[in-house]
Amino acid sequence: MIPTALFAYAEGRTFWLPPQASTFAPSVDGLFYFILWVSIVSFLLCMGALTYFGLKYKRRQAFEPTSNIRGDHKLEIAWSVIPGLVLIVVFAWGLKGYMAMAVAPNDTLDIRVTASSWDWYFAYPDGEGTNEELVVPVGRPVRLIMTSTDVIHSLFIPAFRVKRDVLPGRYTTLWFEATREGTYTLFCTEYCGRLHSRMNKRVRVVSQAAYEEWLGTLEVTKPEDLTYAEWGAQLFSAYTCNACHSVDGSRLVGPTVRGLYQSTREFTDGTSAVADEAYLREQILVPASKVTAGYPNAMPAYAGRLSDEELHALVEYIKELQ
Amino acid sequence: MSTTHANAAPTEGHAGEAHPDYIRAKAGLASWLITLDHKRIGILYLIAIITFFLIGGLLAVAVRLHLFKPEGTLVSPEVYNQLFTLHGAIMVFLFIVPSIPATLGNFFLPLMLGAKDVAFPRLNLASFYVYMIGAVLFASSLLFSGLDTGWTFYAPYSSGYAVNGVVMATAGAFVLGFSSIFTGLNFIVTIHKMRAPGLTWNRLPLFVWSLYATSIIYVLATPVVGITLLLLLVERVAGIGIFDPTLGGDPILYQHFFWFYSHPVVYVMILPAFGIISELTTVHSRKHIFGYTAIAASSVAIAFIGFLVWGHHMFVSGQSGLAMTVFSFLTFAVAVPTAIKVFSWIATMYKGSIAFNTPMIYNFCFLFIFSIGGLTGIFLGALSVDVHLHDTYFVVAHFHYVMMGSVFIAFIGGLYHWWPKMTGKMYHEGSAIVAAILVFIGFNVTFFSQFMMGSHGMPRRYATYDQVGAFEPGLLELFTFYHQISTIGSLVLAVGLFLSLFNLIHSLMKGAKAPANPWKGMSLEWETTSPPIEHNFEGQPIVRKGPYEFPEIFAAEQQGR
Repeated sequence: MIPTALFAYAEGRTFWLPPQASTFAPSVDGLFYFILWVSIVSFLLCMGALTYFGLKYKRRQAFEPTSNIRGDHKLEIAWSVIPGLVLIVVFAWGLKGYMAMAVAPNDTLDIRVTASSWDWYFAYPDGEGTNEELVVPVGRPVRLIMTSTDVIHSLFIPAFRVKRDVLPGRYTTLWFEATREGTYTLFCTEYCGRLHSRMNKRVRVVSQAAYEEWLGTLEVTKPEDLTYAEWGAQLFSAYTCNACHSVDGSRLVGPTVRGLYQSTREFTDGTSAVADEAYLREQILVPASKVTAGYPNAMPAYAGRLSDEELHALVEYIKELQ
Repeated sequence: MSTTHANAAPTEGHAGEAHPDYIRAKAGLASWLITLDHKRIGILYLIAIITFFLIGGLLAVAVRLHLFKPEGTLVSPEVYNQLFTLHGAIMVFLFIVPSIPATLGNFFLPLMLGAKDVAFPRLNLASFYVYMIGAVLFASSLLFSGLDTGWTFYAPYSSGYAVNGVVMATAGAFVLGFSSIFTGLNFIVTIHKMRAPGLTWNRLPLFVWSLYATSIIYVLATPVVGITLLLLLVERVAGIGIFDPTLGGDPILYQHFFWFYSHPVVYVMILPAFGIISELTTVHSRKHIFGYTAIAASSVAIAFIGFLVWGHHMFVSGQSGLAMTVFSFLTFAVAVPTAIKVFSWIATMYKGSIAFNTPMIYNFCFLFIFSIGGLTGIFLGALSVDVHLHDTYFVVAHFHYVMMGSVFIAFIGGLYHWWPKMTGKMYHEGSAIVAAILVFIGFNVTFFSQFMMGSHGMPRRYATYDQVGAFEPGLLELFTFYHQISTIGSLVLAVGLFLSLFNLIHSLMKGAKAPANPWKGMSLEWETTSPPIEHNFEGQPIVRKGPYEFPEIFAAEQQGR
């Protein structure tokens, strides 16, 4: 039952920490191990004294004289000042490491990150994007410019030792320079509801050449052998629409899309409308504009995340589901 | 503490005139439910609080069992999210915040002061019923709505997206806050005005000092959470944008409000535990406390600095660099008085006469666990390391070491220490020690493994962790291994706690009669009968010495040791 990974570490993982795959990792880990050793030594000193006193001064008869020591100013000053100095070192070291994380260099590769429950979308400088994985070139500073379409999320890549909350209605940034090619994990670490624990992505660190080649494959167009509706069916699960909207008429978090087209929709504000193409497009891009009565206003906005062609494909697919 | 009674009449001598103890003084359920006696109110709180602990604990076991396998063994993600939310919310709001002050504090504060009761007995009873009303509102949200926000109720998830229990639960937490404020006010006035003649501030037992520091936080911090929760209610009910960005609000503002309360509340939890440890260490090693002034002053210092460190819960949420720097520095500043306490407790045992009974075993457990809890706090206070560890299981392990492992274990230790006084019965020492050892082992196995998975990146509040295996070799096996160890530990812990509970209940029925002063303690609560009479003391006790002047110390002086 003891996994071999505990002892035969794969990919640079150690007993305490994940592999070091960014320029931040060595300095963060240096402080981590400094605190660890300070902790181990002080813990052993305290527990050693406790054990020694416990054994030596164990009560052996009901009434035995004890010492009248009430304190010792020299000792008390020593054990206030020495930990105080050690803690100031830890504080300064941590601050220095944090400042390095806070200030990005000028020549970063900027990737825009959109978080929504429960998916990540990465848009590259030329506009193409994907929710499949985050791919970054090795040895080049990368800056993530992040926002959320709904609740607070948090982007965490343990191998890079970086983490930053992703907020709705504002932008936060985070930068790193990957130092080691390989596959790592990106977690959402701010609780965001039902599928929070599935809001993970693969992070691939590749060479600059491989990065450029991969970028070339990112252009999203309809595969030639599919109809728009068939491609829409693929997109429906690729964008995890199916996590909240069933295609079989059953009720999930949101209304089913079967029979949606041309049906009359009742909204929470008491109005109603017929679900035509314009309605479907508007609801995908800005869901909060009209909320179907009896359902929560829970859908993230897809404006800026779908190309017009993708949107057309999704609408064609939904139209077919009668 | 040597005392004489003002009337100096040997009350025991007047057969038939001796007052009955507080349990026998009045009979019937109504006499308990409308009692103004601080001791009976303490017992009412104890029953309620242990009930909520059992509920919260069973939820915790369900959480641990669910995480035994990566894909989850028991429930769907929706239900898991409700489980951990209810576990956290019940443990924080219904159990640990009121735990020590409302039970042992209520019972022993007037006894330790040589007073007949707290300053405002009716307010005391009111605080209990306000607590129960808040608890019922909270429990209703459990039964009817499936609250799933986490105990922190972070906006905008709580204000716009989560299911509807938030309204009822926040209303419950709001009402519970009033109970804390009532208790805090009552204790502050009682400590200022109702001390026995001769009981000067530097003769106060350290448990009283810790309750004083706690009460200050209750009174100053609780209104802020009241306001915050009220704003959350306004946002949800009236749709006015305060925290929700789609309405023009600011979600970070919510976090500032929330932690401005909830960080000081961490000290509401731990300070009374410190007080208990000071009592256990001195009484069971028959020694004067090492550095009385440092321990008393550090409690008050922690209470005040504790108000200024809330931002360390938000190191990755996007504060200014200056704010981060200040919060990190103050976090380390609060660590120093805490370290002083630990060193002083250990130094107190030097050249003592250390009893290995159940309260002292729990005291040892506390020092072991709290040292780990405190030291791992250094990792989280250091900015660059916190960025890595924030919101992972490392944090979960850290606060369980501090809250569950330190506060709760001090609470059980205190319960055993004062159980003979409260109930008039002695517990069975052997089985109590076995239970304590099981609790200690179970606790460390459960939570130390969580440090390990946390430092490898396992995020908290995850219903499943099967997906991570796809990306990094060995990671899934690593997380699974530590989760399984943790689950096994939690079962040992549960067995140990149930054994303790049975041990205490058994003592009520079969326990030997307790003497007035089984540990030969010197503070005033040991001067009265076990259990105490309704008005605590026959006549007014007068204090002539501090609470830690044990006769063994003078025997040593006379022997020239």
